[in-house]
Amino acid sequence: MTTNKEPLKLVVKRKEKFSNNIVYYLMLAPFFILFFAFTVLPVLSSVVLSFFDFDAVSTPRFSGVDNYLRMFVQDDVFPKALSNTLVLAIVTGPLGFFIAFMLAWMVNEFGPAIRTLLSFMFYAPALAGNVYFIWQILFSGDAYGYINSSLLSLGLIVEPVQWLKDPSYALPIICIVQLWMSMGVTFLSNISGLQNVNPELYEAGAIDGVKNRWHELWYITIPSMKSILMFGVVMQIQSAFSISVVPIALCGYPSINNSADTLVSLITDVGTSRYEMGYAAAISVVLFIMMFATKSLLGKLVNMAGR
Amino acid sequence: MQATMSKADARRLKKLKLKAARRDQYKRFTRSKGGNFFYTLFLILFGLFSILPMYYCIITSLKPLDELLVFPPRFYVISPTFESYLTLPSLLDNLAVPLSRYAFNSIFISVATTFLHVLVGSAAAYVLAKTNIPGKKVIFAIVQMSLLYNAYTLEIPRYLIYSALGMIDTYWAYILPMIPSSMGVFLMKQFMDTNVPDALIEAAKIDGAGSFRTFWQIAMPNVKPAWLTLTLFSFRDLWSIQPAGTIFSEELKTLPFAASTIAQSGIARQGCAMAVTVIMMIPPILVYLVTQGSVTQTMSSSGIK
Repeated sequence: MTTNKEPLKLVVKRKEKFSNNIVYYLMLAPFFILFFAFTVLPVLSSVVLSFFDFDAVSTPRFSGVDNYLRMFVQDDVFPKALSNTLVLAIVTGPLGFFIAFMLAWMVNEFGPAIRTLLSFMFYAPALAGNVYFIWQILFSGDAYGYINSSLLSLGLIVEPVQWLKDPSYALPIICIVQLWMSMGVTFLSNISGLQNVNPELYEAGAIDGVKNRWHELWYITIPSMKSILMFGVVMQIQSAFSISVVPIALCGYPSINNSADTLVSLITDVGTSRYEMGYAAAISVVLFIMMFATKSLLGKLVNMAGR
Repeated sequence: MQATMSKADARRLKKLKLKAARRDQYKRFTRSKGGNFFYTLFLILFGLFSILPMYYCIITSLKPLDELLVFPPRFYVISPTFESYLTLPSLLDNLAVPLSRYAFNSIFISVATTFLHVLVGSAAAYVLAKTNIPGKKVIFAIVQMSLLYNAYTLEIPRYLIYSALGMIDTYWAYILPMIPSSMGVFLMKQFMDTNVPDALIEAAKIDGAGSFRTFWQIAMPNVKPAWLTLTLFSFRDLWSIQPAGTIFSEELKTLPFAASTIAQSGIARQGCAMAVTVIMMIPPILVYLVTQGSVTQTMSSSGIK
């Protein structure tokens, strides 16, 4: 009897595991089916399309790597858009991530009521919707614009500066506006992440010799939030490399001397007004490769924190 | 049953209070007074600057006509009036179908889709975070990678899929594409990785809870801040949804369509447009206050001692 019992138990366990897996697949299925239909399929077809000539109306014509060659050889705007995109990503990516984390961490120091109020204020631009007009008012190019008029009255400039039309100011201004807007998804997910850190860890830390908040941040908070920080990193890469709404709203497209054009605004232009879907897809693929490389690199960095 | 529940609740409450007391105590050792002062000052200044656009919308919606025409626009109002709001009802005649229809569409689409989005996304995230089914690593890698692909380029392939499925000009065109979000699954998965201990799931299993019940009653309460936040993200996006090229029937359109129609008519256009903007802001703000209010009030608990 006892000798038969063991294998029987194993069989039952295996069966249980198998039926468990079926339940798990069923739980995953609604997401995966819809995700496949509305994201995976479109991405795959876009990648395929990048090797074709397609004007959104006639039949796509295979063109090999022409679209990719065109980017680097023929297109005058692409190199500028690429360098603008990289500059914006390098400046706003890390800084935006830092601001979103530090502010969330600072807000978390307060009691519940003040915490809710402060995070509401920081998140307000995302709730208010279209917020670029405020910057247009501030940076307006005539003598009445708020920045121009205050600089004029202080005697720092003698004539109004065309902030948004001058190529040398465009990128810095876009960086400022973009950073100001970085208090979105990453900020709120950081707030939630901080709420989920077990307070017993902080108590234990205080007993074990954590002397100040910076110690606590480095040895307790950051290590307990690694996976939420990784989420922030990916979202930040996505937004930093995809900047296009702010430059188009402030400087227009195409901007003077392409000084504020980015890869995503180029993609939108190529697709919307030139109907060159194959070329737009090819630029998207290049952009994706850049983001993915960055993500793989930073993933390793996040894992090193707190050591 | 009732009695034991309330007893357990009372015990939990006591524990939480104790914890709150201790929370303050450890802070005595790790926080400096000067630091606290500097933080508060900095946060208030930054916060005031952040709230500027929202404040400006409200101020502008209260300006009388002559103040609206002042250039450069002022950040204050001298004689506030509700004129812009009061002219709104007369502008409703410009709408093709009654306002209530747009409102119903917006509310129905936002609420139903947000619910499905959070449920479907969390269930998938649970499976990806807490089980060992074959293929989960590949799926998660695809989910992360899809976040990095430019969304604009996907519009044409997506449109072809909508029309192949017969979704054009139906509610489905709003709802179905918004249910699966890589961002939502990614967020929930990261939270479940950190905040749902395996031991807790094992314990639930031993107690005889099924897989779905374990997910719903054990995992979800432990990541409440995450799904509250996801609810907000989803609602905010859906409330302002204005799909291009997939909805043609007027009676299927949402409030943002109606809002832009109203904003383009009337004499004091800018004032009316701002009044409409302010009214449209209210529901997301309410959702924000409800969800984030409880996020920032949850006492963190790992659920296992």
